[in-house]
Amino acid sequence: MTYVVTQSCVDIKDRSCVAQCPVDCIYEGDRMMYIHPDECIECGACEAACPVSAIYYDAELPPERENFLDLNAEFFTEIGSPRGAKKIGKSNNDPAFVAALPPGGA
Amino acid sequence: MSVQLRVAVVGSGPSGIFTAQLLGESDQVDAHIDVYDQLPVPYGLVRYGVAPDHPKIKSIVGPFADVLSDPRVRFFGNVTVGTDISLAELRNYYDVLVFASGASQDRKLGIPGEHLSGVSSATEFVSWYSGHPDTCIDRFSISGGTAIVVGAGNVALDVARLLCRTPDELRRTDMPEHVIDAIASSGIRDVRVLARRGPVHAKFTNKELIELGTLKDCAIVVDPADLDLNAEDQESAANPLLSRRMAILNEYADRGSLGSDRTLRLEFNTKPMEFHGDNGHVRSVRLARGASDNISTTDVDTQFVVRSIGYRGCEFVGLPFDELRGVIPHREGRVVVDGEHVAGTYVTGWIKRGPSGVIGTNRLDANETVSAIVEDISTLSHARSEKTGVEPLELLRAREVPVVDWNGWLSIDQAEIALGRDLDRARVKIHDRSEMLNAAI
Repeated sequence: MTYVVTQSCVDIKDRSCVAQCPVDCIYEGDRMMYIHPDECIECGACEAACPVSAIYYDAELPPERENFLDLNAEFFTEIGSPRGAKKIGKSNNDPAFVAALPPGGA
Repeated sequence: MSVQLRVAVVGSGPSGIFTAQLLGESDQVDAHIDVYDQLPVPYGLVRYGVAPDHPKIKSIVGPFADVLSDPRVRFFGNVTVGTDISLAELRNYYDVLVFASGASQDRKLGIPGEHLSGVSSATEFVSWYSGHPDTCIDRFSISGGTAIVVGAGNVALDVARLLCRTPDELRRTDMPEHVIDAIASSGIRDVRVLARRGPVHAKFTNKELIELGTLKDCAIVVDPADLDLNAEDQESAANPLLSRRMAILNEYADRGSLGSDRTLRLEFNTKPMEFHGDNGHVRSVRLARGASDNISTTDVDTQFVVRSIGYRGCEFVGLPFDELRGVIPHREGRVVVDGEHVAGTYVTGWIKRGPSGVIGTNRLDANETVSAIVEDISTLSHARSEKTGVEPLELLRAREVPVVDWNGWLSIDQAEIALGRDLDRARVKIHDRSEMLNAAI
């Protein structure tokens, strides 16, 4: 299980979650933030910190956002598990689905 | 250029460790940090508060170990600040003191019969099942068919859930064997969690609520009448987190309890009025149920009651204390007396803001305190010339305090893993302090 960032984060990237993540497992893509599913310890601080309610515990994802569980994981296919977002900084990539979303995520 | 600072952090729980980590990451300070703990082992509530059946949250000890094993950080376990070494001695050596001592006391209900044996605090019960060396190994014997848990936070749900776990499930945790035996042989079949107010006012998280539904052989019972909200609560329930909470509770209310060995009841709008006892032990509790205009009372037989209505910080002799809130008064992390900053003295975590939030909340909190320290750098380094004190480790050695350093903790860690290996478990915690100290050598 893990927490998952969903579509409401697209082109927002408020990053309040990052300051509260105790294991620095919330990584920055070009258009949204992504939670590393293996590094997340499920404390839930990010969910409460997000001003646009973009973050869900995976068991609670609404049906129309369930694809973001895989999309968060997909973001890390090339990056692997660096154990710390600060170390690697912002990536200019997003999974194709996210990259193709209209401005503002809609 | 970065300024050298000697820092003492009192408390090695999440707040203390985040402070050490964030200070270490600052490019404006070259901090040499000593982290003190009164226990021989690090990690505070991660080890003695996070539920033993939550291994993923406990896995934060991996990154925490990276912080404590950094060459510029030392761990001084088994040292009680104020007893083994005085505040004045620390002030005479360190440029910065950060208090991250948490909230280890509990709040009381303030109702008749609370003193009876069999009625205890979650603080104590959680400490015991986590193998905390300050709770006696035989502190709890659990009996009777019904357990009452008073409170509506995650700790209350942790306690209730663990009482409903099967022995097999408990053996997958790091709980001491005697704890598992006590829970397994308790005969508890019905656990009733009492929440004073309605479901939208409860403090537990949706994740903990969902987890209850995954318990083996245990039915979750919710009275649909409790989910019938008044207008004001309905308005609150529009919040996305609360509307999901209500959906989960409604699902439990619909499920029914057929065919399960145990039941875990979530009873809202219900509070204990008084406990009755026999020969000093609790026998029953009187419950009041309902809203102001429609209250009914019932007596429920129970021999085991845990109140989980909040933690509370302890006063630290020599530091100011807000008796009402149980915290050390501060401004952005700077400890203050009559509005004046006590030079070089800072606070973070639960002893700073009170017992709220999850592990990550303490990172944000520590960040505020570390920012204050960094802002105060020039004042702090000016005071350096007056620091004439002796290296604390020398003082402690001269006093024959058996300090457990990082390597000592690693030996305890290995001893616990070895203990687990013998019992076909990943780890079994050492409960007794002298056993810990023996293992540390």
